[in-house]
Amino acid sequence: MRLFENARYPFMEWRTRAYLITAVLLIAGFAAMAYNVTSIGSWLKYGVDFTGGSLVQVDFKRPTTVEQIRSAAARGGHDDWEIARFGSGDAFVIRMPTFEQEVGSDASVRVAQGLSSAYQPADFTVVRTEALGAKVGDELQLKALWAILLSFAATLVYLGFRFEWRFGLAAIIATAHDILITLGFLAVTRTEISLTTIAALLTIVGYSLNDTIVVFDRIRENLAKPHRTGSSYMQLLNTSINETLSRTVLTGGSTLATLLALYFFGGGVIQDFALVLLLGIVIGTFSSIFVASPALYEIEKRWPKYNAKGKTRPASQTKTSRSASSSALV
Amino acid sequence: MLQNLKVRLAIIAVALLGSLFFLYRNYSHPGPDGKPTRQAVTLGLDLQGGSQLALEIDESKARLAPEQRADAIDRALKIVRTRVDELGVAEPVVQKAGDDRIIVELAGLQGGARAKEVLQRTAFLQFQMVHSIAEMQQAFPRIDRVVTEALGTKGAAPKPGSTVGGLFKGAAGQDSTGGATPFTSKVAPVGEGEFLVQAADVPEVERYIALPAVQRLLPRGTEFLWGTPERGTQQAEQGRRLFLVDSRAMMTGEYLEQAQAQTDPQSMRPIVTFELSRRGGRVFEKATGENIGKQMAIVLDDRVFSAPVIQSQIGNRGQIDLGGGTLEEASDLALVLRAGALPAPLRIVEERTIGPSLGQDSIDNGRLAGLIGIAAVVLMVIGYYHFSGVLAVIALCLYVVLILGSMAALGATLTFPGIAGLILSVGMAVDANVLIFERIREELALGRSIRTSISEGFSNALSAIVDSNLTTLITAAILYYVGTGPVRGFAVTLAIGIIASMFTAIFVTRTLFMVYAERRTAAQGISI
Repeated sequence: MRLFENARYPFMEWRTRAYLITAVLLIAGFAAMAYNVTSIGSWLKYGVDFTGGSLVQVDFKRPTTVEQIRSAAARGGHDDWEIARFGSGDAFVIRMPTFEQEVGSDASVRVAQGLSSAYQPADFTVVRTEALGAKVGDELQLKALWAILLSFAATLVYLGFRFEWRFGLAAIIATAHDILITLGFLAVTRTEISLTTIAALLTIVGYSLNDTIVVFDRIRENLAKPHRTGSSYMQLLNTSINETLSRTVLTGGSTLATLLALYFFGGGVIQDFALVLLLGIVIGTFSSIFVASPALYEIEKRWPKYNAKGKTRPASQTKTSRSASSSALV
Repeated sequence: MLQNLKVRLAIIAVALLGSLFFLYRNYSHPGPDGKPTRQAVTLGLDLQGGSQLALEIDESKARLAPEQRADAIDRALKIVRTRVDELGVAEPVVQKAGDDRIIVELAGLQGGARAKEVLQRTAFLQFQMVHSIAEMQQAFPRIDRVVTEALGTKGAAPKPGSTVGGLFKGAAGQDSTGGATPFTSKVAPVGEGEFLVQAADVPEVERYIALPAVQRLLPRGTEFLWGTPERGTQQAEQGRRLFLVDSRAMMTGEYLEQAQAQTDPQSMRPIVTFELSRRGGRVFEKATGENIGKQMAIVLDDRVFSAPVIQSQIGNRGQIDLGGGTLEEASDLALVLRAGALPAPLRIVEERTIGPSLGQDSIDNGRLAGLIGIAAVVLMVIGYYHFSGVLAVIALCLYVVLILGSMAALGATLTFPGIAGLILSVGMAVDANVLIFERIREELALGRSIRTSISEGFSNALSAIVDSNLTTLITAAILYYVGTGPVRGFAVTLAIGIIASMFTAIFVTRTLFMVYAERRTAAQGISI
């Protein structure tokens, strides 16, 4: 069995349709972000990791509901506690806007006091607490942004060195596309942004780059081959995408399979992580076909190089030098 | 060729045995209780349960110049480490994060609240002379006036029945004068050099004495200090004593050498006895000798614990009365005194606690999800590439052992996002194999021989594998550099995963293919 043997899909011709999809997704995302700013005060729904405050996960030993806990908390004078069921079973997450750092006022003690009107301490166990000052959260956000920008810069330098600057730029456009659309999705669904979400976003950066580079590697190789007369840059890009199509689908498929397993069987915390990644992988696969190569094409249109220098222009790196370095590595 | 193959197989065997060795070494490594830890890879706090605390210098309480801050955090780190060690917690981690933060990791649930209290205590011990009431009371009318001016009668209005005046003087209509004497009506003189403030009035009085105008009225070189809460029979706070003391300490805790918790044989209350160094003892002896008959406040973190009258010269021994409380509180105090004072107060800025049962759940879920995910990948690869797929799966198994072995060798901790990273990297490791197999198929389709197809397939796929993996590796390095805690754990796992994946795909799969191709004739072809 071979998938996509001698595939000749006109991906590049479909690029305007792909641009449309991208534009719609981006606009929807930005609109949701703008709407979130007016309705919840921030463009994404930040979790405790960013806003500061406390999060307490409580496992109840008898069945109970969010409403029951909420009314117990309200009787205890805690209307501002946000209560949500966590995963399956009788686990709940309580979010408190306050960050207590006073000695002796443990979050678990506060939960026991706050719920004392309806629950005995023996009815539940506190299995997880997270408490952060607001300053730490701000720092985290800055660090995440910093990490993404740094990785962009490093990618640009690396691809500039191994390929050519236009490949680096196109790869970054594709990756930025993936991150923006994923963030847009998070804004639409109001998924809570936590430290794990950041880890997931950064993984998407890695995966998307990985996917894009495989296609670019084939383009680089085809550029180095003597061209058939009359073949355009666009045809070359299209051929390269088709040649790597089976790999793109197979790798994407196996990664999706593991992520689906994580999503369905990983439980609570890992579910959010897997969901963001699932989304990111789908978008990343889409972008390595419909964004990265078209971006390369648009760059080529603006700063022509392929047609300007005649038909048999070797790529910046020749095949021979590469196989020399390959044998050194093997 | 055969020689080459033997070398390759030997390298793979060494890598495999090395990994297994490190895994076994960690597994059988004796834990704190002397028994083997049974953990082949060190688990992060989020998996085995425990608390992580991040501490910073509390800038609201101590103003430090930038160069002082760097020095202060380093000294604080040492003292925090000593205190944590003395807590008796198994294998604690105390490390500096960034320029201004201390991270403390305590495995298991070993008294989180107690640890928090011990860590945040500055434990700055001072002995300050107490001024007499008479000296002080002259200034009271002026303080009343200043307070009324500054806060208006609204801020100074007494709550009915809550004033000390109403309690001590027992006079009706005291409340009406309370408006004009907001300060005097709330502080009642008791004993030689102390005042008592009702519990309900403490916040008000705190506000008054914090006013700069009030502080200017105090005798030069003196300050107000609060005593520890006075507790009644039901352990409820009855009130607090207020002292006027010399700002300059006659003696500080830097000379303290030993501190021990005890129960006072007379009062049966917990006390901490301490011993000063010989040099400190001489200083103390001289200072107390000059002040016989006067009251001396024993001050810890700006709070007066006791204020005994100096009866005779005191040498190098003394004691601190906790005024109630438990013996455990006394031993915690003794602990922080022994460890030394923090250069500045610390504040907890981040706290994460995971119960052991939740950690176990995470491991179980992760394991199940991992197994299912891997099974799906194995089925896909074998279904699509047949026998070559089997070779890839063998390489993948080796890959997993290599990753875990490398983590064991590097002493890296496996965190929850780390498990996710691991499972994901398995998915991505398949990518390298897919790239190679697709290339081999392409070469075979062009009619090349098996040998040529294999070697061309590998070398053609190489540039894509190297470039894509190196960029991901760069991202992982940046994550490690920028991130903290769980993100770092993820970055480490990812980086190890990428390196191991490059090794298995480029080297191990290739060797397996060489062995496989050795046994096939051109007519048989290969199963791919």
